[in-house]
Amino acid sequence: MLKFSAGIFLILILNILYIAEVSANEKHEDAASDTTTNHKFDAGKFIIEHVSDAYDWHVVSFGDKHISIPLPILLYSNNPELHEGKSFHAFMSSKFHHGHEDYKGFRISHSKEYEGKIVELDAHGTEIGKPIDFSITKVVAEILITVILLFWIFISMAAKATKNKDKAPTGMQNLLEPVIIFIRDQVAKPTIGDKKYEKYMPFLLTLFFFILLENFIGLIPFPPFGANVTGNIAVTMVLALFTFFITTINGNKHYWKEIYNPDVPWWLKFPIPLMPIVELTGVITKPFVLMVRLFANMMAGHMIVTVFVSLIFIFGSLMGTVAGLAISPLSIAFSVFIFLLDVLVSFIQAYVFTLLSALYFGMATADHH
Amino acid sequence: MATTFGIAGGVVAINFKKNKIMGLVTPNPGTIFWMLIIFGIVLFVLRKFAWKPILNALKEREESIANALNSAEEAKREVANLKADNDKIIAEARQEKNAILKVAKEMKDKIIVEAKEKAMQETARSIELAQRQIQSEKDAAINDIKKQVAELSVMIAEKVLKKELTSKTEQEKMVDGLVDDIKLN
Repeated sequence: MLKFSAGIFLILILNILYIAEVSANEKHEDAASDTTTNHKFDAGKFIIEHVSDAYDWHVVSFGDKHISIPLPILLYSNNPELHEGKSFHAFMSSKFHHGHEDYKGFRISHSKEYEGKIVELDAHGTEIGKPIDFSITKVVAEILITVILLFWIFISMAAKATKNKDKAPTGMQNLLEPVIIFIRDQVAKPTIGDKKYEKYMPFLLTLFFFILLENFIGLIPFPPFGANVTGNIAVTMVLALFTFFITTINGNKHYWKEIYNPDVPWWLKFPIPLMPIVELTGVITKPFVLMVRLFANMMAGHMIVTVFVSLIFIFGSLMGTVAGLAISPLSIAFSVFIFLLDVLVSFIQAYVFTLLSALYFGMATADHH
Repeated sequence: MATTFGIAGGVVAINFKKNKIMGLVTPNPGTIFWMLIIFGIVLFVLRKFAWKPILNALKEREESIANALNSAEEAKREVANLKADNDKIIAEARQEKNAILKVAKEMKDKIIVEAKEKAMQETARSIELAQRQIQSEKDAAINDIKKQVAELSVMIAEKVLKKELTSKTEQEKMVDGLVDDIKLN
Protein backbone atom coordinates (compact mmCIF):
# COMPACT_ATOMS: atom_id res chain seq x y z
CA MET A 1 0.00 0.00 0.00
CA LEU A 2 2.75 2.34 1.08
CA LYS A 3 4.74 1.49 -2.00
CA PHE A 4 1.74 1.89 -4.27
CA SER A 5 0.89 5.34 -2.96
CA ALA A 6 4.56 6.30 -3.18
CA GLY A 7 4.48 5.22 -6.82
CA ILE A 8 1.39 7.33 -7.55
CA PHE A 9 3.10 10.24 -5.86
CA LEU A 10 6.19 9.82 -7.97
CA ILE A 11 4.16 9.78 -11.18
CA LEU A 12 2.29 12.89 -10.12
CA ILE A 13 5.54 14.60 -9.28
CA LEU A 14 7.14 13.79 -12.58
CA ASN A 15 3.97 15.05 -14.20
CA ILE A 16 4.26 18.35 -12.35
CA LEU A 17 7.92 18.61 -13.28
CA TYR A 18 7.06 18.01 -16.88
CA ILE A 19 4.35 20.63 -16.94
CA ALA A 20 6.53 23.11 -15.11
CA GLU A 21 9.44 22.54 -17.46
CA VAL A 22 7.29 22.78 -20.58
CA SER A 23 5.66 25.98 -19.34
CA ALA A 24 9.04 27.39 -18.44
CA ASN A 25 10.30 26.57 -21.92
CA GLU A 26 7.25 28.15 -23.52
CA LYS A 27 7.76 31.28 -21.50
CA HIS A 28 11.41 31.22 -22.40
CA GLU A 29 10.49 31.16 -26.07
CA ASP A 30 8.00 33.94 -25.53
CA ALA A 31 10.55 36.19 -23.98
CA ALA A 32 13.79 34.94 -25.44
CA SER A 33 15.46 38.31 -25.22
CA ASP A 34 14.46 38.84 -21.58
CA THR A 35 17.52 38.28 -19.39
CA THR A 36 15.43 37.67 -16.25
CA THR A 37 14.42 34.25 -17.63
CA ASN A 38 17.88 33.06 -16.52
CA HIS A 39 16.58 33.15 -12.96
CA LYS A 40 13.45 31.16 -13.75
CA PHE A 41 12.87 28.37 -11.25
CA ASP A 42 13.68 24.99 -12.77
CA ALA A 43 11.94 22.49 -10.48
CA GLY A 44 13.40 19.42 -12.19
CA LYS A 45 16.96 20.66 -11.84
CA PHE A 46 16.28 21.78 -8.26
CA ILE A 47 14.95 18.37 -7.21
CA ILE A 48 17.54 16.30 -9.04
CA GLU A 49 20.32 18.42 -7.56
CA HIS A 50 18.87 17.87 -4.10
CA VAL A 51 18.79 14.11 -4.36
CA SER A 52 22.00 13.58 -6.32
CA ASP A 53 25.59 13.42 -5.27
CA ALA A 54 27.77 16.53 -5.70
CA TYR A 55 31.41 17.52 -5.69
CA ASP A 56 30.89 20.25 -3.14
CA TRP A 57 28.50 20.61 -0.25
CA HIS A 58 26.03 23.33 -0.99
CA VAL A 59 24.98 25.27 2.11
CA VAL A 60 22.94 28.23 0.89
CA SER A 61 22.56 30.53 -2.11
CA PHE A 62 21.72 34.22 -2.26
CA GLY A 63 20.75 34.89 -5.86
CA ASP A 64 23.92 34.16 -7.81
CA LYS A 65 26.11 33.90 -4.74
CA HIS A 66 26.57 30.28 -3.70
CA ILE A 67 28.04 29.28 -0.36
CA SER A 68 29.26 25.70 -0.21
CA ILE A 69 31.76 23.57 1.67
CA PRO A 70 34.55 22.47 -0.71
CA LEU A 71 35.34 18.75 -0.76
CA PRO A 72 38.49 16.97 -1.96
CA ILE A 73 38.62 15.89 -5.60
CA LEU A 74 40.82 12.88 -6.33
CA LEU A 75 41.33 12.03 -9.99
CA TYR A 76 43.50 9.67 -11.97
CA SER A 77 43.87 10.38 -15.65
CA ASN A 78 45.35 8.22 -18.38
CA ASN A 79 46.24 11.34 -20.35
CA PRO A 80 48.74 13.17 -18.13
CA GLU A 81 49.81 15.41 -21.05
CA LEU A 82 46.44 17.18 -20.82
CA HIS A 83 46.80 17.89 -17.09
CA GLU A 84 50.20 19.54 -16.63
CA GLY A 85 52.05 16.22 -16.99
CA LYS A 86 50.63 14.49 -13.90
CA SER A 87 48.33 11.46 -13.78
CA PHE A 88 47.14 11.78 -10.23
CA HIS A 89 45.40 14.95 -9.12
CA ALA A 90 44.12 15.99 -5.71
CA PHE A 91 42.57 19.39 -5.16
CA MET A 92 39.59 21.00 -3.48
CA SER A 93 36.32 21.35 -5.34
CA SER A 94 36.39 25.12 -4.76
CA LYS A 95 38.87 25.26 -7.71
CA PHE A 96 35.89 24.66 -10.03
CA HIS A 97 34.03 27.68 -8.63
CA HIS A 98 30.73 25.78 -8.39
CA GLY A 99 31.25 24.27 -11.80
CA HIS A 100 31.69 27.57 -13.58
CA GLU A 101 35.42 27.21 -14.32
CA ASP A 102 37.83 24.56 -15.63
CA TYR A 103 40.86 23.49 -13.65
CA LYS A 104 43.98 21.71 -14.96
CA GLY A 105 42.08 20.34 -17.91
CA PHE A 106 39.17 19.07 -15.83
CA ARG A 107 35.63 20.37 -15.83
CA ILE A 108 32.31 19.58 -14.16
CA SER A 109 30.37 18.82 -17.29
CA HIS A 110 27.15 20.53 -18.29
CA SER A 111 26.74 18.46 -21.44
CA LYS A 112 23.92 15.98 -21.82
CA GLU A 113 26.17 12.93 -21.80
CA TYR A 114 28.26 13.61 -18.69
CA GLU A 115 25.98 15.97 -16.82
CA GLY A 116 27.33 16.73 -13.35
CA LYS A 117 30.41 14.50 -13.68
CA ILE A 118 34.03 15.56 -13.95
CA VAL A 119 35.36 15.22 -17.50
CA GLU A 120 38.74 15.61 -19.15
CA LEU A 121 39.23 18.31 -21.74
CA ASP A 122 41.55 18.16 -24.69
CA ALA A 123 43.64 21.08 -25.87
CA HIS A 124 40.68 22.67 -27.63
CA GLY A 125 38.44 22.51 -24.56
CA THR A 126 36.18 19.71 -25.83
CA GLU A 127 35.12 16.96 -23.45
CA ILE A 128 36.86 13.67 -24.27
CA GLY A 129 35.72 11.43 -21.43
CA LYS A 130 35.81 10.79 -17.73
CA PRO A 131 38.96 10.26 -15.67
CA ILE A 132 39.02 7.65 -12.89
CA ASP A 133 37.27 9.51 -10.13
CA PHE A 134 37.87 8.77 -6.44
CA SER A 135 36.62 12.11 -5.19
CA ILE A 136 35.29 12.49 -1.68
CA THR A 137 31.87 13.59 -2.83
CA LYS A 138 29.04 14.84 -0.68
CA VAL A 139 27.77 11.31 -0.17
CA VAL A 140 31.19 9.93 0.77
CA ALA A 141 31.74 12.84 3.16
CA GLU A 142 28.34 12.16 4.72
CA ILE A 143 29.21 8.50 5.12
CA LEU A 144 32.41 9.49 6.91
CA ILE A 145 30.47 11.77 9.26
CA THR A 146 27.98 8.99 9.95
CA VAL A 147 30.79 6.55 10.61
CA ILE A 148 32.30 8.89 13.18
CA LEU A 149 28.88 9.10 14.85
CA LEU A 150 28.48 5.32 14.72
CA PHE A 151 31.91 4.76 16.24
CA TRP A 152 31.28 7.32 18.94
CA ILE A 153 27.85 5.95 19.87
CA PHE A 154 28.67 2.27 19.88
CA ILE A 155 32.24 2.22 21.17
CA SER A 156 31.23 4.40 24.12
CA MET A 157 28.24 2.15 24.64
CA ALA A 158 30.49 -0.91 24.56
CA ALA A 159 32.78 0.67 27.14
CA LYS A 160 29.80 1.37 29.35
CA ALA A 161 28.41 -2.11 28.84
CA THR A 162 31.68 -3.76 29.88
CA LYS A 163 32.10 -1.41 32.84
CA ASN A 164 28.57 -1.73 34.24
CA LYS A 165 28.16 -5.42 33.53
CA ASP A 166 25.68 -6.27 36.24
CA LYS A 167 23.98 -2.91 36.48
CA ALA A 168 20.83 -1.72 34.79
CA PRO A 169 21.66 0.15 31.54
CA THR A 170 21.22 3.92 31.45
CA GLY A 171 21.12 6.64 28.81
CA MET A 172 22.17 5.75 25.27
CA GLN A 173 22.84 2.16 26.32
CA ASN A 174 19.29 1.89 27.61
CA LEU A 175 17.93 3.30 24.35
CA LEU A 176 19.90 1.05 22.03
CA GLU A 177 20.04 -2.20 23.97
CA PRO A 178 16.40 -3.07 23.27
CA VAL A 179 17.07 -2.47 19.56
CA ILE A 180 20.11 -4.75 19.65
CA ILE A 181 18.09 -7.37 21.52
CA PHE A 182 15.32 -6.95 18.97
CA ILE A 183 17.75 -7.62 16.11
CA ARG A 184 19.11 -10.61 17.99
CA ASP A 185 15.87 -12.18 19.18
CA GLN A 186 13.38 -11.14 16.49
CA VAL A 187 15.57 -10.98 13.39
CA ALA A 188 18.65 -13.19 13.71
CA LYS A 189 17.47 -16.04 15.93
CA PRO A 190 14.23 -16.95 14.10
CA THR A 191 15.76 -16.68 10.63
CA ILE A 192 19.24 -18.15 11.11
CA GLY A 193 18.65 -20.41 14.09
CA ASP A 194 19.76 -20.45 17.70
CA LYS A 195 23.03 -22.20 16.99
CA LYS A 196 24.46 -20.26 14.06
CA TYR A 197 23.11 -16.76 14.52
CA GLU A 198 26.02 -15.43 16.59
CA LYS A 199 28.42 -15.40 13.67
CA TYR A 200 26.17 -13.01 11.69
CA MET A 201 25.22 -10.68 14.52
CA PRO A 202 28.04 -8.14 13.97
CA PHE A 203 27.18 -7.76 10.29
CA LEU A 204 23.42 -7.54 10.88
CA LEU A 205 23.85 -4.96 13.64
CA THR A 206 26.30 -2.90 11.60
CA LEU A 207 23.97 -3.07 8.62
CA PHE A 208 20.89 -2.08 10.61
CA PHE A 209 22.43 0.84 12.46
CA PHE A 210 24.35 2.06 9.42
CA ILE A 211 21.22 2.16 7.28
CA LEU A 212 19.08 3.60 10.06
CA LEU A 213 21.55 6.35 10.87
CA GLU A 214 22.12 7.20 7.20
CA ASN A 215 18.36 7.33 6.66
CA PHE A 216 17.87 9.67 9.60
CA ILE A 217 20.83 11.85 8.74
CA GLY A 218 19.49 12.15 5.21
CA LEU A 219 16.32 13.62 6.65
CA ILE A 220 18.05 16.38 8.61
CA PRO A 221 17.90 19.23 6.10
CA PHE A 222 21.05 21.23 6.87
CA PRO A 223 24.83 20.65 6.58
CA PRO A 224 26.70 18.63 7.73
CA PHE A 225 23.67 16.38 7.37
CA GLY A 226 21.06 15.92 4.67
CA ALA A 227 23.04 14.13 1.96
CA ASN A 228 20.94 11.45 0.31
CA VAL A 229 23.22 8.52 1.21
CA THR A 230 20.86 5.55 1.28
CA GLY A 231 19.12 7.02 -1.78
CA ASN A 232 22.39 6.62 -3.66
CA ILE A 233 22.50 3.44 -5.69
CA ALA A 234 26.23 2.92 -5.25
CA VAL A 235 25.81 2.84 -1.47
CA THR A 236 22.91 0.39 -1.50
CA MET A 237 24.78 -1.66 -4.07
CA VAL A 238 27.75 -2.10 -1.75
CA LEU A 239 25.46 -3.01 1.15
CA ALA A 240 23.68 -5.58 -1.02
CA LEU A 241 27.05 -6.89 -2.25
CA PHE A 242 28.14 -7.50 1.34
CA THR A 243 24.98 -9.51 1.94
CA PHE A 244 25.51 -11.37 -1.32
CA PHE A 245 29.11 -12.30 -0.57
CA ILE A 246 28.40 -13.36 3.00
CA THR A 247 25.54 -15.54 1.74
CA THR A 248 27.70 -17.06 -0.99
CA ILE A 249 30.73 -17.69 1.22
CA ASN A 250 28.65 -19.29 3.98
CA GLY A 251 26.40 -21.30 1.67
CA ASN A 252 26.55 -24.95 2.74
CA LYS A 253 26.30 -28.09 0.64
CA HIS A 254 22.54 -28.20 0.96
CA TYR A 255 22.19 -24.60 -0.25
CA TRP A 256 24.24 -25.22 -3.40
CA LYS A 257 22.54 -28.52 -4.04
CA GLU A 258 19.16 -26.77 -3.97
CA ILE A 259 20.49 -24.35 -6.60
CA TYR A 260 22.29 -26.73 -8.98
CA ASN A 261 20.29 -29.89 -8.39
CA PRO A 262 16.97 -29.09 -6.76
CA ASP A 263 14.44 -31.80 -5.88
CA VAL A 264 12.24 -31.40 -8.96
CA PRO A 265 11.21 -33.81 -11.75
CA TRP A 266 14.26 -34.66 -13.88
CA TRP A 267 12.89 -33.09 -17.07
CA LEU A 268 13.07 -29.68 -15.37
CA LYS A 269 16.84 -30.18 -15.11
CA PHE A 270 17.68 -32.11 -18.26
CA PRO A 271 18.29 -31.45 -21.16
CA ILE A 272 17.54 -27.77 -20.43
CA PRO A 273 18.58 -26.93 -16.85
CA LEU A 274 15.45 -24.87 -16.27
CA MET A 275 15.32 -24.97 -12.50
CA PRO A 276 19.05 -24.36 -11.96
CA ILE A 277 18.74 -21.29 -14.17
CA VAL A 278 15.76 -20.05 -12.17
CA GLU A 279 17.55 -20.71 -8.88
CA LEU A 280 20.76 -19.03 -10.07
CA THR A 281 18.73 -16.03 -11.19
CA GLY A 282 17.28 -15.98 -7.68
CA VAL A 283 20.77 -15.82 -6.19
CA ILE A 284 21.44 -12.65 -8.20
CA THR A 285 18.00 -11.05 -7.92
CA LYS A 286 17.90 -11.29 -4.12
CA PRO A 287 20.71 -8.78 -3.52
CA PHE A 288 19.59 -6.78 -6.55
CA VAL A 289 16.14 -6.34 -5.05
CA LEU A 290 17.71 -5.40 -1.70
CA MET A 291 19.71 -2.71 -3.49
CA VAL A 292 16.77 -1.30 -5.44
CA ARG A 293 14.28 -1.39 -2.57
CA LEU A 294 16.36 0.69 -0.19
CA PHE A 295 17.52 3.05 -2.95
CA ALA A 296 14.05 3.61 -4.40
CA ASN A 297 12.35 4.12 -1.05
CA MET A 298 14.83 6.64 0.24
CA MET A 299 15.18 8.40 -3.11
CA ALA A 300 11.40 8.68 -3.45
CA GLY A 301 11.08 10.03 0.08
CA HIS A 302 13.67 12.73 -0.54
CA MET A 303 12.17 13.58 -3.92
CA ILE A 304 8.64 13.93 -2.63
CA VAL A 305 9.66 16.23 0.23
CA THR A 306 11.66 18.36 -2.20
CA VAL A 307 8.79 18.40 -4.67
CA PHE A 308 6.30 19.61 -2.11
CA VAL A 309 8.69 22.38 -1.14
CA SER A 310 9.34 23.30 -4.77
CA LEU A 311 5.59 23.43 -5.44
CA ILE A 312 5.71 26.83 -3.77
CA PHE A 313 8.27 28.06 -6.27
CA ILE A 314 6.61 26.35 -9.25
CA PHE A 315 3.34 28.14 -8.49
CA GLY A 316 5.30 31.30 -7.73
CA SER A 317 7.04 31.28 -11.08
CA LEU A 318 3.95 30.21 -13.05
CA MET A 319 1.31 32.44 -11.48
CA GLY A 320 3.21 34.99 -9.51
CA THR A 321 4.46 35.35 -5.96
CA VAL A 322 0.97 35.47 -4.43
CA ALA A 323 0.08 32.04 -5.78
CA GLY A 324 3.32 30.69 -4.37
CA LEU A 325 2.56 32.13 -0.95
CA ALA A 326 -1.01 30.87 -1.14
CA ILE A 327 0.07 27.32 -1.87
CA SER A 328 2.80 27.31 0.79
CA PRO A 329 0.71 26.20 3.82
CA LEU A 330 -0.60 23.21 1.89
CA SER A 331 2.79 22.36 0.53
CA ILE A 332 4.46 22.69 3.94
CA ALA A 333 1.77 20.51 5.50
CA PHE A 334 2.36 17.85 2.87
CA SER A 335 6.13 18.13 3.29
CA VAL A 336 5.80 17.59 7.04
CA PHE A 337 3.51 14.63 6.46
CA ILE A 338 5.93 13.03 3.99
CA PHE A 339 8.85 13.83 6.28
CA LEU A 340 7.18 11.98 9.14
CA LEU A 341 6.35 9.15 6.78
CA ASP A 342 10.04 9.08 5.88
CA VAL A 343 10.96 8.69 9.53
CA LEU A 344 8.76 5.60 9.57
CA VAL A 345 10.17 4.41 6.25
CA SER A 346 13.71 4.87 7.62
CA PHE A 347 12.96 2.35 10.34
CA ILE A 348 11.09 0.00 8.04
CA GLN A 349 13.77 -0.02 5.35
CA ALA A 350 16.61 -0.56 7.83
CA TYR A 351 14.59 -3.39 9.38
CA VAL A 352 13.61 -4.95 6.06
CA PHE A 353 17.17 -4.87 4.70
CA THR A 354 18.48 -6.49 7.87
CA LEU A 355 15.68 -9.03 8.07
CA LEU A 356 16.06 -10.09 4.45
CA SER A 357 19.84 -10.35 4.80
CA ALA A 358 19.30 -12.53 7.86
CA LEU A 359 16.79 -14.63 5.92
CA TYR A 360 19.28 -15.18 3.11
CA PHE A 361 21.98 -16.17 5.62
CA GLY A 362 19.46 -18.51 7.21
CA MET A 363 18.68 -20.07 3.82
CA ALA A 364 22.35 -20.47 3.00
CA THR A 365 23.14 -22.22 6.28
CA ALA A 366 19.93 -24.19 6.81
CA ASP A 367 20.38 -27.88 7.61
CA HIS A 368 18.93 -30.49 5.35
CA HIS A 369 15.56 -31.66 6.59
CA MET B 1 -9.16 8.46 -16.37
CA ALA B 2 -7.12 10.69 -14.16
CA THR B 3 -4.69 7.83 -13.44
CA THR B 4 -4.19 7.12 -17.14
CA PHE B 5 -3.52 10.76 -17.69
CA GLY B 6 -1.08 10.80 -14.81
CA ILE B 7 0.79 7.72 -16.04
CA ALA B 8 0.94 9.11 -19.55
CA GLY B 9 2.29 12.36 -18.18
CA GLY B 10 4.75 10.44 -16.06
CA VAL B 11 6.06 8.45 -19.01
CA VAL B 12 6.56 11.63 -20.99
CA ALA B 13 8.28 13.19 -18.02
CA ILE B 14 10.58 10.18 -17.62
CA ASN B 15 11.51 10.36 -21.30
CA PHE B 16 12.08 14.03 -20.99
CA LYS B 17 14.33 13.62 -17.96
CA LYS B 18 15.92 10.40 -19.11
CA ASN B 19 19.48 11.62 -18.77
CA LYS B 20 19.02 12.94 -15.27
CA ILE B 21 17.12 9.84 -14.12
CA MET B 22 19.82 7.60 -15.64
CA GLY B 23 22.40 9.55 -13.68
CA LEU B 24 20.57 8.68 -10.48
CA VAL B 25 20.34 4.94 -11.11
CA THR B 26 23.88 4.47 -12.41
CA PRO B 27 26.22 3.61 -9.55
CA ASN B 28 29.27 5.84 -9.41
CA PRO B 29 32.51 3.77 -9.28
CA GLY B 30 34.20 6.25 -6.94
CA THR B 31 31.35 6.04 -4.45
CA ILE B 32 31.38 2.25 -4.66
CA PHE B 33 35.12 2.25 -3.99
CA TRP B 34 34.86 4.47 -0.91
CA MET B 35 31.74 2.75 0.36
CA LEU B 36 33.43 -0.68 0.14
CA ILE B 37 36.44 0.54 2.10
CA ILE B 38 34.46 2.52 4.66
CA PHE B 39 31.80 -0.09 5.27
CA GLY B 40 34.46 -2.79 5.53
CA ILE B 41 36.33 -0.75 8.14
CA VAL B 42 33.10 0.03 10.01
CA LEU B 43 32.18 -3.62 10.04
CA PHE B 44 35.62 -4.63 11.31
CA VAL B 45 35.91 -1.91 13.95
CA LEU B 46 32.37 -2.18 15.29
CA ARG B 47 32.60 -5.96 15.32
CA LYS B 48 35.74 -5.88 17.39
CA PHE B 49 35.18 -2.86 19.64
CA ALA B 50 31.42 -2.58 19.89
CA TRP B 51 29.32 -5.64 19.06
CA LYS B 52 31.46 -8.25 20.77
CA PRO B 53 31.66 -6.42 24.13
CA ILE B 54 28.01 -5.33 23.94
CA LEU B 55 26.69 -8.76 23.01
CA ASN B 56 28.92 -10.41 25.61
CA ALA B 57 27.76 -8.00 28.28
CA LEU B 58 24.13 -8.61 27.30
CA LYS B 59 24.64 -12.35 27.42
CA GLU B 60 26.40 -12.22 30.75
CA ARG B 61 23.71 -10.03 32.23
CA GLU B 62 21.00 -12.33 30.95
CA GLU B 63 22.81 -15.31 32.38
CA SER B 64 23.32 -13.63 35.74
CA ILE B 65 19.64 -12.68 35.85
CA ALA B 66 18.65 -16.23 34.97
CA ASN B 67 21.00 -17.53 37.65
CA ALA B 68 19.62 -15.11 40.20
CA LEU B 69 16.07 -16.20 39.39
CA ASN B 70 17.07 -19.84 39.62
CA SER B 71 18.78 -19.40 42.95
CA ALA B 72 15.81 -17.44 44.27
CA GLU B 73 13.56 -20.30 43.22
CA GLU B 74 15.90 -22.73 44.91
CA ALA B 75 16.00 -20.67 48.08
CA LYS B 76 12.22 -20.58 48.09
CA ARG B 77 12.10 -24.33 47.71
CA GLU B 78 14.65 -24.71 50.49
CA VAL B 79 12.65 -22.49 52.80
CA ALA B 80 9.56 -24.56 52.03
CA ASN B 81 11.54 -27.69 52.82
CA LEU B 82 12.81 -26.17 56.05
CA LYS B 83 9.30 -25.26 57.04
CA ALA B 84 8.08 -28.76 56.38
CA ASP B 85 10.99 -30.06 58.43
CA ASN B 86 10.18 -27.68 61.23
CA ASP B 87 6.57 -28.72 61.24
CA LYS B 88 7.62 -32.33 61.37
CA ILE B 89 10.02 -31.67 64.22
CA ILE B 90 7.41 -29.73 66.14
CA ALA B 91 4.85 -32.49 65.63
CA GLU B 92 7.39 -35.07 66.78
CA ALA B 93 8.29 -32.99 69.80
CA ARG B 94 4.67 -32.61 70.70
CA GLN B 95 4.15 -36.34 70.41
CA GLU B 96 7.17 -37.01 72.55
CA LYS B 97 5.99 -34.50 75.11
CA ASN B 98 2.63 -36.22 75.25
CA ALA B 99 4.29 -39.59 75.64
CA ILE B 100 6.55 -38.27 78.39
CA LEU B 101 3.64 -36.68 80.17
CA LYS B 102 1.70 -39.92 79.95
CA VAL B 103 4.59 -41.90 81.35
CA ALA B 104 5.06 -39.33 84.09
CA LYS B 105 1.42 -39.50 85.03
CA GLU B 106 1.55 -43.24 85.20
CA MET B 107 4.64 -43.08 87.29
CA LYS B 108 3.06 -40.54 89.60
CA ASP B 109 0.00 -42.72 90.07
CA LYS B 110 2.16 -45.73 90.70
CA ILE B 111 4.29 -43.87 93.21
CA ILE B 112 1.22 -42.63 95.04
CA VAL B 113 -0.27 -46.10 95.11
CA GLU B 114 3.00 -47.58 96.28
CA ALA B 115 3.40 -44.91 98.89
CA LYS B 116 -0.09 -45.52 100.14
CA GLU B 117 0.53 -49.23 100.31
CA LYS B 118 3.81 -48.72 102.06
CA ALA B 119 2.24 -46.32 104.54
CA MET B 120 -0.54 -48.77 105.25
CA GLN B 121 1.98 -51.56 105.71
CA GLU B 122 4.05 -49.35 107.98
CA THR B 123 1.00 -48.41 110.04
CA ALA B 124 -0.05 -52.02 110.27
CA ARG B 125 3.38 -53.00 111.43
CA SER B 126 3.50 -50.17 113.94
CA ILE B 127 0.09 -51.16 115.23
CA GLU B 128 1.15 -54.77 115.48
CA LEU B 129 4.35 -53.79 117.25
CA ALA B 130 2.44 -51.60 119.61
CA GLN B 131 -0.04 -54.37 120.21
CA ARG B 132 2.72 -56.80 120.81
CA GLN B 133 4.41 -54.37 123.18
CA ILE B 134 1.16 -53.72 124.93
CA GLN B 135 0.63 -57.47 125.20
CA SER B 136 4.05 -58.05 126.62
CA GLU B 137 3.70 -55.15 129.04
CA LYS B 138 0.29 -56.47 129.99
CA ASP B 139 1.80 -59.91 130.51
CA ALA B 140 4.59 -58.42 132.53
CA ALA B 141 2.12 -56.40 134.54
CA ILE B 142 -0.05 -59.46 135.13
CA ASN B 143 2.98 -61.48 136.10
CA ASP B 144 4.00 -58.71 138.40
CA ILE B 145 0.53 -58.54 139.88
CA LYS B 146 0.51 -62.33 140.28
CA LYS B 147 3.83 -62.19 142.03
CA GLN B 148 2.67 -59.41 144.28
CA VAL B 149 -0.63 -61.24 144.85
CA ALA B 150 1.35 -64.36 145.75
CA GLU B 151 3.56 -62.39 148.07
CA LEU B 152 0.50 -60.71 149.57
CA SER B 153 -1.22 -64.06 149.83
CA VAL B 154 1.79 -65.51 151.52
CA MET B 155 1.90 -62.50 153.85
CA ILE B 156 -1.81 -62.83 154.56
CA ALA B 157 -1.47 -66.55 154.95
CA GLU B 158 1.39 -66.03 157.39
CA LYS B 159 -0.65 -63.64 159.42
CA VAL B 160 -3.76 -65.85 159.21
CA LEU B 161 -1.74 -68.88 160.04
CA LYS B 162 -0.09 -67.18 162.95
CA LYS B 163 -3.44 -66.22 164.35
CA GLU B 164 -5.81 -69.16 163.54
CA LEU B 165 -3.80 -72.30 163.38
CA THR B 166 -4.47 -73.29 166.81
CA SER B 167 -7.17 -75.88 166.38
CA LYS B 168 -6.96 -78.94 164.33
CA THR B 169 -10.33 -78.56 162.66
CA GLU B 170 -9.56 -75.10 161.81
CA GLN B 171 -6.40 -76.27 160.20
CA GLU B 172 -8.15 -78.81 158.13
CA LYS B 173 -10.84 -76.33 157.06
CA MET B 174 -8.30 -73.84 155.98
CA VAL B 175 -6.33 -76.44 153.99
CA ASP B 176 -9.48 -77.57 152.30
CA GLY B 177 -10.31 -73.99 151.52
CA LEU B 178 -6.87 -73.45 150.16
CA VAL B 179 -7.08 -76.50 148.08
CA ASP B 180 -10.37 -75.35 146.62
CA ASP B 181 -8.97 -72.05 145.96
CA ILE B 182 -6.05 -73.47 144.10
CA LYS B 183 -8.34 -75.63 142.05
CA LEU B 184 -10.50 -72.67 141.24
CA ASN B 185 -7.53 -70.79 140.33
